[in-house]
Amino acid sequence: MNIGKTLKLAISSILSNKMRSFLTMLGIIIGVAAVIILVSIMDGVTGQVTDTFESIGMNNLSVMVTSRGSTRAIEPEDMYALLDEHSDTFSYISPNVTLNAVIKAPTETDSDTGSVTGVDETYDEIKRLTVEQGRFLQYVDVSKMLKVCVIGTYYEQEYYGRGKALGETIRINGQPYTIVGVFEEQADSAENSSDQCLYIPYTNASKMSWNTTISSYTAYVTNTDDIDKATSIIKQKATELLGSSDNVTVIATKEILDEVSSITDTLKMALVCIAGISLLVGGIGIMNIMLVSVTERTREIGIRKSLGAKKKHIMSQFVFEAGTVSGLGGILGIVAGIIFSTVAGKLLGLSVVASPGAIVVAFSVSVAIGVIFGFLPAKNAANLNPIDALRFE
Amino acid sequence: MEQPLVEFSDIYKIYTMGDTEIRALDGVSFSVHKGEFLAIIGQSGSGKSTCMNIIGCLDVPTSGTYLLNGTDVSTLSDNQLAEIRNEMLGFIFQQYNLLPKLNVLDNVKLPLMYRGLKDSEQTARAMEALDRVGLRDKCRHKPSQLSGGQQQRVSIARALAGSPSVILADEPTGALDSKTSREVMDFLAELNQNGNTIILITHDNSIAATAKRVIRVHDGKIIYDGPADGDDIIRSTVLSQKEKEAAI
Ligand SMILES: Nc1ncnc2c1ncn2[C@@H]1O[C@H](COP(=O)(O)OP(=O)(O)O)[C@@H](O)[C@H]1O
Ligand SMILES: [Mg+2]
Repeated sequence: MNIGKTLKLAISSILSNKMRSFLTMLGIIIGVAAVIILVSIMDGVTGQVTDTFESIGMNNLSVMVTSRGSTRAIEPEDMYALLDEHSDTFSYISPNVTLNAVIKAPTETDSDTGSVTGVDETYDEIKRLTVEQGRFLQYVDVSKMLKVCVIGTYYEQEYYGRGKALGETIRINGQPYTIVGVFEEQADSAENSSDQCLYIPYTNASKMSWNTTISSYTAYVTNTDDIDKATSIIKQKATELLGSSDNVTVIATKEILDEVSSITDTLKMALVCIAGISLLVGGIGIMNIMLVSVTERTREIGIRKSLGAKKKHIMSQFVFEAGTVSGLGGILGIVAGIIFSTVAGKLLGLSVVASPGAIVVAFSVSVAIGVIFGFLPAKNAANLNPIDALRFE
Repeated sequence: MEQPLVEFSDIYKIYTMGDTEIRALDGVSFSVHKGEFLAIIGQSGSGKSTCMNIIGCLDVPTSGTYLLNGTDVSTLSDNQLAEIRNEMLGFIFQQYNLLPKLNVLDNVKLPLMYRGLKDSEQTARAMEALDRVGLRDKCRHKPSQLSGGQQQRVSIARALAGSPSVILADEPTGALDSKTSREVMDFLAELNQNGNTIILITHDNSIAATAKRVIRVHDGKIIYDGPADGDDIIRSTVLSQKEKEAAI
C-alpha cells in the first residue's frame, strides 16, 4: 500500500462527506488561523516597538543625576574624563540640558514656547542625526558659547520655508541665535514630531536654565554588549564623586527594549496557548468523528480484513485519514490566517507579515493533532474481529 | 494419499446467549482435497455460514482442530491469518461485499494491494480477472451502477484475482434471480474444471446439484457427506426439475 494510494483513499473519503469533513476541520481551521493571526500581529507590534526603540538609539545610555542640594555634582569635565579613561567602552558622552524656552522667528509676530536642548558637538553622532543643510554644532561653538543653533525641519518650514532657514536668526528667550544647520526630515516635519527640535551648545543652555549644574548626560556605548559594563562604570564614577550612586539613574534603551520584548513575548506565548486550546478542541472533534466513522465503516473494515488487510493496513488507513482531515484543515486555517492577519495589519496600521515559522509550525501541529487523535479510533478499527465486522449491520 | 487442503476434526462452535447454549457447529469433522467442488447444504440456521467463516479464518472454533494445508490455524498470529486470507482464500459473499466508493477495478485490486504487489501488476492481474468474468469494459464503473449479477461477477473476479487455493462462496446466488444464478453456478463449475477448489454454501438443493460432493448439515451436525447424486433430497429435486422442463 503506497502513500499515494492511501492519500487518494483518504481524500475520497473526505470528499464523500464534504459538509461533515468541513465541520470536523473547523476546529483546526479556527485554531490554526488564530495562532497565525495572533503571532503575526504580535510580531507586528513587537517590530514597531523595536523600531521605535531603535530610532531612539540602542547604543544610548541616559544618565540622570538627582542632586538634592548636595554640594558636589557630576560636571561635564568628570564625564569627559570618564570618556577618556574608558574610550574602549564609550564612543561619546554629551551633556544634555533640556529647557522650555520662548522661541520667536523674526518673520513671526507671535512667539512660541518650545523645548530647546543643549548638547555638545558629538550629540549628532550619539543620536545618529543627519544634518542636511549647513553643519552641526562644533567644539568652538560649545567652548566659546557661540549663539548658534541647529533646527529640525518643522521650524524650518514653519518659520522660513524650505531651504531658507540657513543663516537666519531665531530668538531663544530673547537672545538671537544664528541657524547654522538644518536636520534631515524624519517625520513629515509634523508638529510634536522628532522634526520639532532645536539644539544649542549646552554651555548656553545651562546658563539659560535656572540651575547651572548639569544633571543629565547621554552616552554612546560602542558595543551594545557592553551596556551593563558601561552602566556600572558610570555608577562607580558617581560613587567616587558623590559618595553613593543612589542619586544617579542610568537608563539603557536596550534594557527597556529587552524588558518590553520579554513582556510582548510572554503575551504572545499566552495568546498562542489560548489559540492552541482551539487546536486541542479541534483534535477532539476529529477523534469524535473518526470514532463515528469507524463504526459506520465497520462493514468496510470487515471486507478489507476478509481480503487480507492486516492491522497495520487498517490502522494506517484511518490514521492517514485523520491526518489528512486535520492537515487539510491546517492548510485552510493557514490561508484564513494569512488573509485575516493582512486585513488586521491594514486596520491596525502595523506591518503584519504572516511568519513562515508560524505557518510551518501550525501545519505540522495540525497534522500531528490529527494523527494523535486519529490513533485511538484507528486502533479500534484495526482491532475489530473480522467476522464481527463483516456481520455488522 | 495427498494432504487435504481443509481438515476439520471435531469442530465445535458454541454461542452462549444468557442461559441458552447454541451449538452452531456440533462436532463436525470432514476434509476437502485440492480440486474438489463441495457444496455444504442445510436449512437456514443449520450452521453453514459458521462453518465457512471458520474455514475462511474469519472466525475461530470453540474447540476442535482445523488444519489448513496441514497447518493448525489456532497457532497462527493475526498477521499470519491475514496473509492466509489474502493468499490462500477467495471469498464470494451473498451480499457481494464490494466497497461502494471504489470502482470495479479498484475493488478487484484490493487483495493484490494488501499483498503488496506493484500497482502495474495489480492492475494487470485485476484486468485479467475481470476479463474472465466478462466485465473488462465495466472496470471504471462503481458497483452501484451494475446489476446484481454483474456485482457478483465482480466479487468472483476479486476472489479469483489473488489465485487462491480455495474459493469460498457463501450463498453466492442467494440475492440473484434463477437465470443469473445459473450463470454464476456454471461459471463456478467451469472454474472447478480448470482445477480450482470450491466450497459452496447454499440452502438451495438445485444449486447444490452443480457440486460434485455434498455435505448436508442439520443443527450443527453433518447428516450426509458424499456425492451430490447420493443425497436423496437433491436427487428428488433434480428429478422434479427435469420433469418440469420436459413438460414445457
Ligand atoms: N454471533 C452469533 N451469536 C449468537 N448466535 C449465532 C451467531 N452467529 C450464528 N449464530 C447462531 O448459530 C446458528 C448457525 O448460524 P449460521 O451458521 O449463520 O447458519 P446458516 O448460515 O446455516 O443459516 C444459528 O442458530 C445462529 O442463530
Ligand atoms: Mg448463512
